[in-house]
Amino acid sequence: MSATVVTITSGKGGVGKTTTTANLAVALAAAGDKVCCIDGDIGLRNLDVVLGLENRIVYDLVDIIEGRCRLRQAMIRDKRLEELYLIPAAQTRDKSAVSPSDMVKLCDELRSEVDWILIDSPAGIERGFRNTIAPADTILVVTNPEVSAVRDADRIIGLVEAEEKGPAKLIINRVNQALIKRGDMLSADDVVELLAIKLIGVIPDDDNVIISTNRGQPVAFETKSKAGQAFTNIAMRLKGQEVPFLDMDVKDDLFSRLFHTN
Amino acid sequence: MAEWMKQISGNKKQSAYDAKERLKLVLIHDRTELTPDELEKMKNELLEVISRHVEIDVNAVHITMKQEGREQRLTADIPLLTSRKRGIG
Repeated sequence: MSATVVTITSGKGGVGKTTTTANLAVALAAAGDKVCCIDGDIGLRNLDVVLGLENRIVYDLVDIIEGRCRLRQAMIRDKRLEELYLIPAAQTRDKSAVSPSDMVKLCDELRSEVDWILIDSPAGIERGFRNTIAPADTILVVTNPEVSAVRDADRIIGLVEAEEKGPAKLIINRVNQALIKRGDMLSADDVVELLAIKLIGVIPDDDNVIISTNRGQPVAFETKSKAGQAFTNIAMRLKGQEVPFLDMDVKDDLFSRLFHTN
Repeated sequence: MAEWMKQISGNKKQSAYDAKERLKLVLIHDRTELTPDELEKMKNELLEVISRHVEIDVNAVHITMKQEGREQRLTADIPLLTSRKRGIG
Protein backbone atom coordinates (compact mmCIF):
# COMPACT_ATOMS: atom_id res chain seq x y z
CA MET A 1 0.00 0.00 0.00
CA SER A 2 1.26 3.47 -0.78
CA ALA A 3 -1.02 6.29 0.14
CA THR A 4 -1.81 9.38 -1.87
CA VAL A 5 -1.44 12.48 0.29
CA VAL A 6 -4.19 15.02 -0.37
CA THR A 7 -4.05 18.44 1.31
CA ILE A 8 -7.23 20.49 1.59
CA THR A 9 -6.53 24.21 1.79
CA SER A 10 -8.20 27.55 1.05
CA GLY A 11 -6.49 30.74 2.12
CA LYS A 12 -9.62 32.24 3.63
CA GLY A 13 -11.04 30.72 6.79
CA GLY A 14 -14.58 29.46 7.14
CA VAL A 15 -15.11 28.29 3.57
CA GLY A 16 -15.43 24.62 4.52
CA LYS A 17 -11.97 23.04 4.57
CA THR A 18 -12.59 20.95 7.66
CA THR A 19 -16.06 19.91 6.50
CA THR A 20 -14.58 18.93 3.14
CA THR A 21 -11.75 16.94 4.73
CA ALA A 22 -14.13 15.07 7.04
CA ASN A 23 -16.58 14.27 4.26
CA LEU A 24 -13.99 13.16 1.73
CA ALA A 25 -12.48 10.91 4.40
CA VAL A 26 -15.88 9.38 5.14
CA ALA A 27 -16.73 8.95 1.44
CA LEU A 28 -13.39 7.30 0.63
CA ALA A 29 -13.61 5.00 3.67
CA ALA A 30 -17.22 4.13 2.81
CA ALA A 31 -15.96 3.10 -0.64
CA GLY A 32 -13.71 0.59 1.12
CA ASP A 33 -10.41 2.49 1.09
CA LYS A 34 -8.22 2.86 4.13
CA VAL A 35 -8.07 6.54 5.08
CA CYS A 36 -6.20 8.55 7.70
CA CYS A 37 -6.99 12.21 8.06
CA ILE A 38 -4.70 14.62 9.84
CA ASP A 39 -5.78 17.87 11.47
CA GLY A 40 -3.05 20.31 10.47
CA ASP A 41 -4.51 23.24 12.36
CA ILE A 42 -2.36 23.12 15.46
CA GLY A 43 -3.81 25.13 18.34
CA LEU A 44 -7.23 25.33 16.65
CA ARG A 45 -8.23 21.68 16.59
CA ASN A 46 -11.53 21.08 14.79
CA LEU A 47 -11.53 18.01 12.57
CA ASP A 48 -12.18 15.84 15.65
CA VAL A 49 -15.52 17.53 16.47
CA VAL A 50 -16.65 17.57 12.85
CA LEU A 51 -15.97 13.83 12.67
CA GLY A 52 -17.54 13.26 16.10
CA LEU A 53 -14.33 11.81 17.57
CA GLU A 54 -13.55 14.53 20.13
CA ASN A 55 -14.00 12.27 23.14
CA ARG A 56 -11.50 9.70 22.03
CA ILE A 57 -8.30 11.72 21.82
CA VAL A 58 -5.33 10.51 23.83
CA TYR A 59 -2.33 11.49 21.73
CA ASP A 60 -1.99 14.08 18.97
CA LEU A 61 0.15 15.10 16.01
CA VAL A 62 2.75 16.91 18.12
CA ASP A 63 3.04 13.88 20.46
CA ILE A 64 4.06 11.76 17.44
CA ILE A 65 6.53 14.35 16.19
CA GLU A 66 8.11 14.87 19.60
CA GLY A 67 8.33 11.12 20.20
CA ARG A 68 5.87 10.78 23.09
CA CYS A 69 3.93 8.10 21.26
CA ARG A 70 4.12 5.89 18.20
CA LEU A 71 2.26 6.83 15.03
CA ARG A 72 -0.25 4.02 15.55
CA GLN A 73 -1.11 5.15 19.07
CA ALA A 74 -2.23 8.59 17.89
CA MET A 75 -4.45 7.20 15.14
CA ILE A 76 -8.05 7.19 16.41
CA ARG A 77 -10.10 4.55 14.65
CA ASP A 78 -13.63 5.58 13.74
CA LYS A 79 -16.12 3.00 14.99
CA ARG A 80 -18.62 3.66 12.20
CA LEU A 81 -16.21 2.84 9.37
CA GLU A 82 -13.59 0.10 9.68
CA GLU A 83 -10.91 1.91 7.74
CA LEU A 84 -11.19 5.52 8.85
CA TYR A 85 -8.59 7.06 11.17
CA LEU A 86 -7.89 10.51 12.56
CA ILE A 87 -4.68 12.04 13.84
CA PRO A 88 -5.86 15.08 15.81
CA ALA A 89 -4.03 18.39 16.10
CA ALA A 90 -2.48 19.46 19.39
CA GLN A 91 -4.69 22.01 21.09
CA THR A 92 -2.25 23.56 23.52
CA ARG A 93 0.61 24.23 21.11
CA ASP A 94 1.10 26.42 18.05
CA LYS A 95 2.25 25.98 14.47
CA SER A 96 5.92 26.34 15.36
CA ALA A 97 5.81 22.93 17.09
CA VAL A 98 5.84 21.32 13.64
CA SER A 99 8.06 21.85 10.59
CA PRO A 100 7.40 20.97 6.93
CA SER A 101 10.02 18.21 7.11
CA ASP A 102 8.32 16.72 10.22
CA MET A 103 5.13 16.45 8.20
CA VAL A 104 6.92 14.85 5.25
CA LYS A 105 8.55 12.30 7.57
CA LEU A 106 5.29 11.48 9.33
CA CYS A 107 3.40 11.04 6.07
CA ASP A 108 6.16 8.88 4.61
CA GLU A 109 5.83 6.57 7.62
CA LEU A 110 2.05 6.53 7.25
CA ARG A 111 2.03 5.94 3.47
CA SER A 112 2.59 2.21 3.76
CA GLU A 113 -0.34 1.82 6.18
CA VAL A 114 -3.24 3.44 4.28
CA ASP A 115 -4.60 4.29 0.82
CA TRP A 116 -5.29 7.97 1.51
CA ILE A 117 -3.86 10.59 3.82
CA LEU A 118 -6.07 13.68 3.94
CA ILE A 119 -4.59 16.77 5.59
CA ASP A 120 -6.80 19.62 6.76
CA SER A 121 -4.81 22.83 6.33
CA PRO A 122 -5.21 25.87 8.61
CA ALA A 123 -6.42 29.17 7.12
CA GLY A 124 -3.74 31.60 6.06
CA ILE A 125 -0.47 31.41 4.17
CA GLU A 126 1.92 31.09 7.10
CA ARG A 127 3.84 28.22 8.66
CA GLY A 128 0.78 26.01 9.14
CA PHE A 129 -0.03 26.19 5.45
CA ARG A 130 3.54 25.32 4.49
CA ASN A 131 3.54 22.38 6.91
CA THR A 132 0.46 20.89 5.34
CA ILE A 133 1.42 21.30 1.68
CA ALA A 134 4.97 19.95 2.10
CA PRO A 135 3.97 16.24 2.04
CA ALA A 136 1.11 16.65 -0.49
CA ASP A 137 0.81 14.73 -3.75
CA THR A 138 -2.43 16.52 -4.62
CA ILE A 139 -3.78 19.83 -3.37
CA LEU A 140 -7.46 20.70 -3.25
CA VAL A 141 -8.36 24.37 -2.89
CA VAL A 142 -11.78 25.05 -1.34
CA THR A 143 -13.59 28.29 -2.04
CA ASN A 144 -17.08 29.79 -1.85
CA PRO A 145 -18.57 31.77 -4.75
CA GLU A 146 -17.82 35.04 -2.95
CA VAL A 147 -15.31 37.74 -3.87
CA SER A 148 -13.16 37.47 -0.74
CA ALA A 149 -12.92 33.67 -0.85
CA VAL A 150 -12.16 33.61 -4.58
CA ARG A 151 -9.46 36.23 -4.19
CA ASP A 152 -7.76 34.30 -1.40
CA ALA A 153 -8.10 31.06 -3.35
CA ASP A 154 -6.24 32.70 -6.25
CA ARG A 155 -3.41 33.67 -3.92
CA ILE A 156 -3.17 30.12 -2.54
CA ILE A 157 -3.21 28.62 -6.05
CA GLY A 158 -0.28 30.91 -6.92
CA LEU A 159 1.64 29.83 -3.79
CA VAL A 160 0.98 26.15 -4.55
CA GLU A 161 2.40 26.72 -8.05
CA ALA A 162 5.41 28.52 -6.62
CA GLU A 163 6.09 25.55 -4.32
CA GLU A 164 5.88 23.31 -7.41
CA LYS A 165 2.97 21.41 -5.89
CA GLY A 166 0.51 22.39 -8.59
CA PRO A 167 -1.74 22.34 -10.39
CA ALA A 168 -4.20 22.44 -7.50
CA LYS A 169 -7.77 21.31 -8.06
CA LEU A 170 -10.78 23.38 -7.11
CA ILE A 171 -13.79 22.66 -4.89
CA ILE A 172 -16.54 25.28 -4.86
CA ASN A 173 -18.52 24.98 -1.66
CA ARG A 174 -21.87 26.45 -0.58
CA VAL A 175 -23.21 27.07 -4.04
CA ASN A 176 -26.73 28.48 -3.99
CA GLN A 177 -28.43 27.74 -7.30
CA ALA A 178 -31.41 30.03 -6.60
CA LEU A 179 -29.05 33.01 -6.12
CA ILE A 180 -27.12 32.09 -9.26
CA LYS A 181 -30.35 31.99 -11.26
CA ARG A 182 -31.23 35.42 -9.97
CA GLY A 183 -27.83 36.67 -11.06
CA ASP A 184 -26.73 37.38 -7.51
CA MET A 185 -24.07 34.71 -7.04
CA LEU A 186 -21.02 33.79 -9.11
CA SER A 187 -21.67 30.49 -10.87
CA ALA A 188 -19.23 27.57 -10.77
CA ASP A 189 -18.30 28.44 -14.36
CA ASP A 190 -17.53 32.03 -13.39
CA VAL A 191 -15.26 30.92 -10.55
CA VAL A 192 -13.47 28.38 -12.73
CA GLU A 193 -12.95 31.02 -15.42
CA LEU A 194 -11.48 33.47 -12.89
CA LEU A 195 -9.19 31.00 -11.14
CA ALA A 196 -8.29 29.01 -14.25
CA ILE A 197 -7.73 25.65 -12.56
CA LYS A 198 -9.45 22.32 -12.91
CA LEU A 199 -12.69 21.82 -11.01
CA ILE A 200 -13.05 18.63 -8.98
CA GLY A 201 -16.34 19.33 -7.21
CA VAL A 202 -19.23 21.66 -6.56
CA ILE A 203 -21.02 21.39 -3.20
CA PRO A 204 -24.53 22.82 -2.97
CA ASP A 205 -25.49 25.00 -0.03
CA ASP A 206 -27.34 22.40 2.02
CA ASP A 207 -28.77 22.74 5.56
CA ASN A 208 -27.92 19.07 6.10
CA VAL A 209 -24.24 20.04 6.35
CA ILE A 210 -24.93 22.15 9.45
CA ILE A 211 -27.27 19.57 10.96
CA SER A 212 -24.83 16.71 10.44
CA THR A 213 -21.91 18.77 11.77
CA ASN A 214 -23.96 19.53 14.90
CA ARG A 215 -24.16 15.79 15.48
CA GLY A 216 -20.59 14.90 14.56
CA GLN A 217 -21.94 12.75 11.76
CA PRO A 218 -20.52 14.04 8.42
CA VAL A 219 -23.13 14.51 5.70
CA ALA A 220 -21.30 12.03 3.43
CA PHE A 221 -22.85 9.28 5.60
CA GLU A 222 -26.20 10.38 4.15
CA THR A 223 -25.82 9.57 0.51
CA LYS A 224 -29.33 10.84 -0.19
CA SER A 225 -28.51 14.44 0.75
CA LYS A 226 -27.29 16.64 -2.10
CA ALA A 227 -24.15 17.72 -0.26
CA GLY A 228 -23.42 14.13 0.77
CA GLN A 229 -23.73 13.05 -2.84
CA ALA A 230 -21.50 15.89 -3.99
CA PHE A 231 -18.74 14.91 -1.53
CA THR A 232 -19.04 11.27 -2.55
CA ASN A 233 -18.65 12.34 -6.19
CA ILE A 234 -15.41 14.18 -5.36
CA ALA A 235 -14.11 11.08 -3.60
CA MET A 236 -14.87 9.01 -6.72
CA ARG A 237 -13.10 11.59 -8.92
CA LEU A 238 -10.06 11.40 -6.61
CA LYS A 239 -10.13 7.65 -7.20
CA GLY A 240 -9.91 8.35 -10.91
CA GLN A 241 -13.52 7.78 -11.90
CA GLU A 242 -15.35 10.02 -14.33
CA VAL A 243 -18.39 11.30 -12.47
CA PRO A 244 -20.67 13.89 -14.06
CA PHE A 245 -21.26 17.09 -12.07
CA LEU A 246 -24.54 17.26 -10.11
CA ASP A 247 -27.48 19.06 -11.55
CA MET A 248 -28.25 21.50 -8.76
CA ASP A 249 -31.07 23.32 -10.45
CA VAL A 250 -33.83 24.53 -8.21
CA LYS A 251 -37.28 24.13 -9.54
CA ASP A 252 -38.04 26.96 -11.92
CA ASP A 253 -41.15 28.98 -11.53
CA LEU A 254 -42.88 29.91 -14.75
CA PHE A 255 -41.78 33.50 -14.61
CA SER A 256 -38.07 32.82 -14.35
CA ARG A 257 -38.37 30.19 -17.06
CA LEU A 258 -39.90 32.73 -19.38
CA PHE A 259 -37.45 35.51 -18.69
CA HIS A 260 -34.23 33.73 -17.84
CA THR A 261 -31.74 34.81 -20.43
CA ASN A 262 -28.71 32.65 -20.31
CA MET B 1 -42.39 40.86 -8.25
CA ALA B 2 -40.79 44.29 -8.23
CA GLU B 3 -37.38 42.61 -8.17
CA TRP B 4 -38.20 40.59 -11.26
CA MET B 5 -39.45 43.64 -13.10
CA LYS B 6 -36.26 45.50 -12.29
CA GLN B 7 -34.12 42.66 -13.58
CA ILE B 8 -36.11 42.19 -16.75
CA SER B 9 -36.10 45.86 -17.58
CA GLY B 10 -32.38 45.91 -16.90
CA ASN B 11 -32.56 48.77 -14.44
CA LYS B 12 -30.51 46.97 -11.84
CA LYS B 13 -27.41 45.14 -12.93
CA GLN B 14 -27.16 41.73 -11.35
CA SER B 15 -24.60 41.67 -8.57
CA ALA B 16 -22.81 38.52 -9.77
CA TYR B 17 -21.75 40.49 -12.83
CA ASP B 18 -20.21 43.18 -10.61
CA ALA B 19 -18.47 40.51 -8.52
CA LYS B 20 -16.90 38.93 -11.58
CA GLU B 21 -15.75 42.20 -13.14
CA ARG B 22 -14.29 43.43 -9.86
CA LEU B 23 -12.52 40.13 -9.27
CA LYS B 24 -11.00 40.14 -12.76
CA LEU B 25 -9.26 43.44 -12.00
CA VAL B 26 -8.26 42.53 -8.46
CA LEU B 27 -6.74 39.21 -9.56
CA ILE B 28 -4.69 40.88 -12.28
CA HIS B 29 -3.17 43.21 -9.74
CA ASP B 30 -2.69 40.47 -7.13
CA ARG B 31 -0.95 38.21 -9.61
CA THR B 32 1.33 40.84 -11.12
CA GLU B 33 1.83 42.79 -7.90
CA LEU B 34 1.18 45.92 -9.95
CA THR B 35 -1.21 48.56 -8.62
CA PRO B 36 -3.43 50.38 -11.11
CA ASP B 37 -1.24 53.46 -10.57
CA GLU B 38 1.96 51.58 -11.32
CA LEU B 39 0.40 50.04 -14.41
CA GLU B 40 -0.56 53.51 -15.63
CA LYS B 41 2.95 54.80 -14.96
CA MET B 42 4.45 51.86 -16.84
CA LYS B 43 2.18 52.54 -19.83
CA ASN B 44 3.23 56.16 -19.96
CA GLU B 45 6.93 55.28 -19.79
CA LEU B 46 6.46 52.70 -22.51
CA LEU B 47 4.79 55.23 -24.79
CA GLU B 48 7.47 57.79 -24.07
CA VAL B 49 10.24 55.40 -25.16
CA ILE B 50 8.41 54.39 -28.32
CA SER B 51 7.62 58.00 -29.19
CA ARG B 52 11.33 58.77 -29.16
CA HIS B 53 11.76 56.55 -32.22
CA VAL B 54 8.47 56.68 -34.09
CA GLU B 55 5.47 58.91 -34.02
CA ILE B 56 2.46 57.19 -32.51
CA ASP B 57 -1.24 57.86 -32.38
CA VAL B 58 -1.51 58.40 -28.64
CA ASN B 59 -5.30 58.54 -28.66
CA ALA B 60 -5.64 55.11 -30.27
CA VAL B 61 -3.20 53.28 -27.98
CA HIS B 62 -4.51 50.17 -26.25
CA ILE B 63 -2.40 48.61 -23.52
CA THR B 64 -4.20 45.97 -21.48
CA MET B 65 -3.47 43.14 -19.11
CA LYS B 66 -5.08 39.89 -20.20
CA GLN B 67 -5.51 36.55 -18.51
CA GLU B 68 -4.65 33.40 -20.41
CA GLY B 69 -5.17 30.42 -18.16
CA ARG B 70 -3.18 31.33 -15.06
CA GLU B 71 -0.78 33.52 -17.03
CA GLN B 72 -1.00 37.24 -17.32
CA ARG B 73 -0.20 38.86 -20.63
CA LEU B 74 0.48 42.52 -21.29
CA THR B 75 -0.86 43.36 -24.73
CA ALA B 76 -0.03 46.61 -26.46
CA ASP B 77 -1.71 47.84 -29.59
CA ILE B 78 0.08 51.00 -30.61
CA PRO B 79 -0.87 52.50 -33.99
CA LEU B 80 1.97 54.36 -35.69
CA LEU B 81 1.25 57.55 -37.56
CA THR B 82 1.95 57.32 -41.26
CA SER B 83 3.93 60.07 -42.90
CA ARG B 84 0.78 61.25 -44.67
CA LYS B 85 -1.03 61.66 -41.36
CA ARG B 86 1.94 63.50 -40.04
CA GLY B 87 1.42 65.86 -42.92
CA ILE B 88 4.90 65.49 -44.37
CA GLY B 89 4.31 63.52 -47.58
